[in-house]
Amino acid sequence: MKLNRRAIFGGITAGTLALGLAACGGGSDDENGSDGDLASGEINASGASFPDAFYAAAIEAYAEVNPDLIVSYNPTGSGTGKSEFGEGLNDFAGTDSLVKDEEVEPGTYQYLPTVAAPITVAYNLPEAGDLQFEQETLAAIFQGDITTWNDEAIAAANPEADLPDTAITLAVRSDGSGTTTNFSKFLDEATDTWTLGSGDTIEWPGNSIAGEKNTGVAQIIQDTEGSIGYIDLADATEVGLVTASVENAEGAFVAPTLEGATAALDGAELNDDLSYNPLNAAGAESYPITAPTYLIIHTEYEDAETAAGVKEFITFLLTDGQDLAADAHFAALPEGLRQQALDALNSTIAD
Amino acid sequence: MTATATPESPGDVDLGGEARARQADRGFRALVTLAGLTVLIVLGLILVTTSVRGWPAFRHEGLLGFVLGTRWAPNDAVFGTFPLLYGTLVTSLIAMIIAVPVSIGIALFITEVAHRNTRKYIVTVIDLLATVPSVVFGLVGVLVVVPAITPAYQWIADVVAPIPGLNAIFNETNTGRNYITASLILAIMAIPIITSIAREVFATVPETDKQAAYALGATRWEMVKGAILPHSFGGLVGASMLGLGRAMGETIAVALVIGGSVSMAANLFEPGNTMAALIAQQWGESSGLHTDALIAIGVELFAITVIINFLARLVVRRAEIKMKGAHS
Repeated sequence: MKLNRRAIFGGITAGTLALGLAACGGGSDDENGSDGDLASGEINASGASFPDAFYAAAIEAYAEVNPDLIVSYNPTGSGTGKSEFGEGLNDFAGTDSLVKDEEVEPGTYQYLPTVAAPITVAYNLPEAGDLQFEQETLAAIFQGDITTWNDEAIAAANPEADLPDTAITLAVRSDGSGTTTNFSKFLDEATDTWTLGSGDTIEWPGNSIAGEKNTGVAQIIQDTEGSIGYIDLADATEVGLVTASVENAEGAFVAPTLEGATAALDGAELNDDLSYNPLNAAGAESYPITAPTYLIIHTEYEDAETAAGVKEFITFLLTDGQDLAADAHFAALPEGLRQQALDALNSTIAD
Repeated sequence: MTATATPESPGDVDLGGEARARQADRGFRALVTLAGLTVLIVLGLILVTTSVRGWPAFRHEGLLGFVLGTRWAPNDAVFGTFPLLYGTLVTSLIAMIIAVPVSIGIALFITEVAHRNTRKYIVTVIDLLATVPSVVFGLVGVLVVVPAITPAYQWIADVVAPIPGLNAIFNETNTGRNYITASLILAIMAIPIITSIAREVFATVPETDKQAAYALGATRWEMVKGAILPHSFGGLVGASMLGLGRAMGETIAVALVIGGSVSMAANLFEPGNTMAALIAQQWGESSGLHTDALIAIGVELFAITVIINFLARLVVRRAEIKMKGAHS
């Protein structure tokens, strides 16, 4: 997706220029007036690495809209992002997982969903062609109950496929990861047989190899025949991995696409604090392993300038920035959810 | 320093110079003492702060449970680090088995066999190897070595399959991310360190000792065995300890090639993990007790390193007494 950024860049310039002009024109007649001016200064954020590609593209595009406000996002991982947020070291944080009480004082932050993305089940089995997995089968594979590719359960869902007796190798994450959280949470919620629980690190069975970040997992799948792993769509697409269709809540097999992810967002139930769970969401078109990601912002900022900057950048992220999502292999928010996120932002940081 | 008792005879100029020199000497002494103390203080502070921050994890598991527990499950708040200790010791040990003989060989070649002109080129190349960042070794390992070496591992596993004992250590595999690959990478990283110190050590062997060996009719190998190696034993153990320190503490290169699974496999072709690598892998997303446990692993690694160095010193002292007895 990094290669694509230039293309996005060119495409967005015209649009952002128009927006910039509109903002200047609409805000106030006097160019030097304080009311309608764009924010300036520096905004520092850190957190989840999962949506980093999207945030990086958005920050680059935003620099065209308002070069005076310098936004940086450091993909340190959700855990670090949240604890830095709790200690007041960043202005907002990105996270794939919900905030725990010991990380940030309850009641002092607001979730803002930004984008979502499918977590793909990718595999390396050259002769088998396209495969699809039932939820229970996927659970059995990833907890080590099924150890060869020609197992009956896999064959049952793939009557056409020519399955060899190759041993299954699981490709998993060695680092603690929101991707692992969402993948294990899906198996935990969707099946009755999953025994490994859910969390950002899992005690995987012995036939697993762990790689660093999504790229490390992609590397393992690429050079290990008989491997299967979970990995975000952006990296799977970039490396050209074969991805499987996965059974959703309605029993339909759905391929990991952005459309499938958006459908899952539509089918997910939204909580009052704007957190939501699109895993195994309702809807025949929904891709079942769709992971949400959030920004968390403070309910109170000491510095008015920082507050204005945070608000302005996130407003961009939730409006024009949404158009950048698809190119970075993320699903934009459905209209309703996007509007709710904007409303929450506006009421949290008042003008 | 030698001028302490000189009477104040010659003239004011000399005296002034001497006083200045003495003052400079005192200043120098204070400066190097401070430098020496800094190391101790920094080391002490590191030990104190990490122990304090890791304490909740030690208390949660109990010291024995933390070190000897075999299950590492942050989500269930179970922190047993024995598999990591095993991984660290196994990979470092194998790395040393490979690196020490190779390094001593290189050092002997440089000091005793190589021609004066080729010598300096070899030294330059070895020193260059020491400056390569560890992440480069890791990436070469994961992108080049791992895919290329997997078939070799499979071949070895097939060959030793009928041999009891060996077939447990070198068992079937479909991956190159394992203890052995990590050990190979560590060995290559340790070789330049051990080599350059071994070279210095060999250079201190008195020329007369060597000539004496030759005069008694020794071949070159007999000279090396009889004159160089006994004289250098202590220094070589020291060199190996520095290499071992590098191997045990190496983080990113190991994290990339070892396969990151917290399990204890007798099969060296299976993925495992080490203490340093796990800290690097899990730090970013950790919180609460999990973070404390990762810091506690750091304390454990520190303690293990100290113990091993202490044992090495003991070995050297005993061996030196024995050898000196035999030679004099």
